Amino acid sequence: MPDLSVDFAGIKSPNPFWLASAPPTNSGEQVMRAFDAGWGGAVWKTLGQPIVNVSSRFGSVDYGDRRMIGFNNIELITDRPLEDNFREIEEVKRHYPEHAVIVSLMVETKEEWKDIIQRSIDAGADGLELNFGCPHGMCERGMGSAVGQEPKVCEEITRWAMEYSDVPVIVKLTPNVTDITVPGRAATRGGADALSLINTVKSIIGVNLDEGVIEPKVKNKSSNGGYCGQAVRPIALHMTNQLAQDRQVDIPISGIGGVETWRDALEFIHLGAGTVQVCTAVMHHGYRIVRDMIDGTERFMREKGFETIDEMVGRALPSYDDWGNLDLNHEIIAKIDEDLCIGCQKCVAACHDGAHQCIHVEEGTRVPYIDEAECIGCNLCMYVCPVPDCIKMVEVDNGKDSMTWNEYTAAKERGEDVEHPGKSTHQTHF
Amino acid sequence: MSETTKLPKARLETRFSPKEPLMTKHDAVVEANRCLYCVDAPCIDSCPTSIDIPEFIRRIATGNREGAAKAILEANILGYSCGQVCPTEVLCESTCVFQEMEEEPIRIGELQHYATDNALEENIQFFEAGEPTGQKVALVGAGPASLSCAHRLRRFGHETTIFEAKERPGGLNTDGVAPYKLQADQSLREVEYVRQIGGIDIEYGTKVGEDVTLEELEDEYDAIFIGVGLGADNRLGVDGADLDGVWGAVEFIERLKVEDNFELPDGVDRVCVVGGGNTAIDVVRQMRGLDVDDVMMVYRRDEASMSGYDHEWEGAKKEGARGVWHAQPAEIIGDGQVEALRCRRTRTNDNGELEVVDGSEFDIPCDMIVLAIGQSKLGELFEDVEGLELDWGCVVVDEKTQQTGNAKYFAGGDCVSGGKEVVDAVEEGKVAARSIDAMLQGRDPAEAEDDARPVAVSGY
Repeated sequence: MPDLSVDFAGIKSPNPFWLASAPPTNSGEQVMRAFDAGWGGAVWKTLGQPIVNVSSRFGSVDYGDRRMIGFNNIELITDRPLEDNFREIEEVKRHYPEHAVIVSLMVETKEEWKDIIQRSIDAGADGLELNFGCPHGMCERGMGSAVGQEPKVCEEITRWAMEYSDVPVIVKLTPNVTDITVPGRAATRGGADALSLINTVKSIIGVNLDEGVIEPKVKNKSSNGGYCGQAVRPIALHMTNQLAQDRQVDIPISGIGGVETWRDALEFIHLGAGTVQVCTAVMHHGYRIVRDMIDGTERFMREKGFETIDEMVGRALPSYDDWGNLDLNHEIIAKIDEDLCIGCQKCVAACHDGAHQCIHVEEGTRVPYIDEAECIGCNLCMYVCPVPDCIKMVEVDNGKDSMTWNEYTAAKERGEDVEHPGKSTHQTHF
Repeated sequence: MSETTKLPKARLETRFSPKEPLMTKHDAVVEANRCLYCVDAPCIDSCPTSIDIPEFIRRIATGNREGAAKAILEANILGYSCGQVCPTEVLCESTCVFQEMEEEPIRIGELQHYATDNALEENIQFFEAGEPTGQKVALVGAGPASLSCAHRLRRFGHETTIFEAKERPGGLNTDGVAPYKLQADQSLREVEYVRQIGGIDIEYGTKVGEDVTLEELEDEYDAIFIGVGLGADNRLGVDGADLDGVWGAVEFIERLKVEDNFELPDGVDRVCVVGGGNTAIDVVRQMRGLDVDDVMMVYRRDEASMSGYDHEWEGAKKEGARGVWHAQPAEIIGDGQVEALRCRRTRTNDNGELEVVDGSEFDIPCDMIVLAIGQSKLGELFEDVEGLELDWGCVVVDEKTQQTGNAKYFAGGDCVSGGKEVVDAVEEGKVAARSIDAMLQGRDPAEAEDDARPVAVSGY
């Protein structure tokens, strides 16, 4: 039986599935139901100085009949009294000693940080998460992403927290930066025990065209929100990978951003995440989604022979390299299965208008063919094809030795007479 | 010997192709993603075995087909056959919330078939037998009720022995379900899969009351489960009922499904099927499937009064069958061989009662008559059991526990209900197992935990 329990930077949890700091962790009653459903940990809705939230807080991107593939919010931190939150944290820990309760915090001054950290630890927090990520509202007051975007401030506040905390401290980063390793290194220098990312992406979810007003509306106005859900996962995976690859960032990472299924969670873990955090999918479907996350993960581990989560952490990291180190002589081409093809010719338009003009149709037929000498193996036709397995990309043995761009340019610089790598076509004609 | 070797290869049923072929992965994932994953979903309530349907469908959607099978089989160990034989149109799919927006309901039955097929194919076992309790349960009849009961009893750790009069297991799933829904080899494959938990012994060719007595069973076993189903087809009490060419419906379907080289007699072009229930419709559809020219459903009331499902009858009509309504068989005409079915017209009188119209005889020329007017009840096999009550030949049980008036005897399936769905038999077998386990542990069966309903983890 695979073991799903994890020790994340000293925080123990029965499984790597945590609820992110957000509406699903707003109260003790919710967190306890979540633990009953199977969640291993919860990062409490961010605590800080009192705020008031607006009415109408969320916006959604629907795609066809799929709801909420992208989601944004203009909600701020907790609007409940701190005393209530601390009392409930204590209650949750009393009832669920084996589960991880991490308290998310966001305040301004050093004194405030000292005070709120102490109160969180007194309530029984297993760890703290410093919210340096929220890109709406709070950043206008110099907190949230305003901190994550200023490496010096990020490092400084992390240092304060490390000074006042005797439980592990996680720094939650904003993706609204040019290079995620900059705040990642800053937090590491500040002594953080772990990082979590991504917080939401600064966004405008859409415009109501009838009224000419940005969504989600508060009366007749709106503001930028934080974007999350399925649609942001590739961005989050990229940033998780960047930090996991960075030798100057040698602390554990909690992956966040568009996790909805066991497969999504495993992708983060494969790129170096020790735990994953989920919010939007729970807001959409409820805490119960964790049942399949656990079941699917266990089945995957049994099938692949993994016994612990740790064995999978970072498994895919060695497959990442700079573009300049990819083999330019590796050649694949598209193959159309004529028996499966339904003749929609989506691939023809895609190839002619969006790629390399190498898929054609004989007069009087519906099934296209590939000009294999011209096909540059881009995958586009395979993705637009609506029929499963109809278009496959197959490897071609072109007899050429491996040659990367870096190798090629280095050889040219040395003055060597090297053959131009890559496939020569009507457009490239090397 | 494996279960599937118990069948001849040359079975007429193999000529039928499945009504709903196994979904492709693509089809299944697209359909699964259409499911709304409702909370406290109505489809669960309209499944007699309370399968957590939204959960298993979500698992298909996330690529966890094995986990989907587990979610199904946890509630219904015969989920593979139920996915194909259940009248989902009037069960789970009838309450799918899409019906409320006039949209097609989720194809739950087909998704269930898809999810479980692989588990059977790869023999993926999800359940283990419990720690041996040393207690033994005898089960009479190897149909869905007993198989469901036996499997769960094994999970509780009790020893089980099934006594089956025939030479093969599966009951109606093997012998009686129309082959366009489920074929005999599929049923036997499922039985084999269920028995992989180990310790479900089956004594074939053993009739209770003849080859083994109830006294012997009572002496040797700690509890007895009755799952004998129904008996032979009812006959028609009219002149000519013994002519060649008069068949019972269940007899016909069984021979079609499991007899070696069975064929319809030569020259059968016109067939009258007498009855208005689902078995009658099954026969009608099979006759059309066997290319019989003129297949008539002969029923004493009108079309709207048939007890068979509308969707099945609509299917039969599309396939070319026709109905003869308000026709009450009076005599079967023929000289050795059936030549016609003589009927009298009926009508509903002012009191709402059906009455025969005097002098209204008419003949329906035909080559074969199949009687689908019910089956005999087998309850009398147990009439001497002290305390056990019968009601018109059906075994009377406590609805909550499936326990009979004799504390040692439990019962489920058609021998209790008089004839319901496979899925009902599975549920009753499951409930009986829970009750038997409670009784064997010295607890009150009525207090046994209902572990069938998915745990409401969200507590809304």
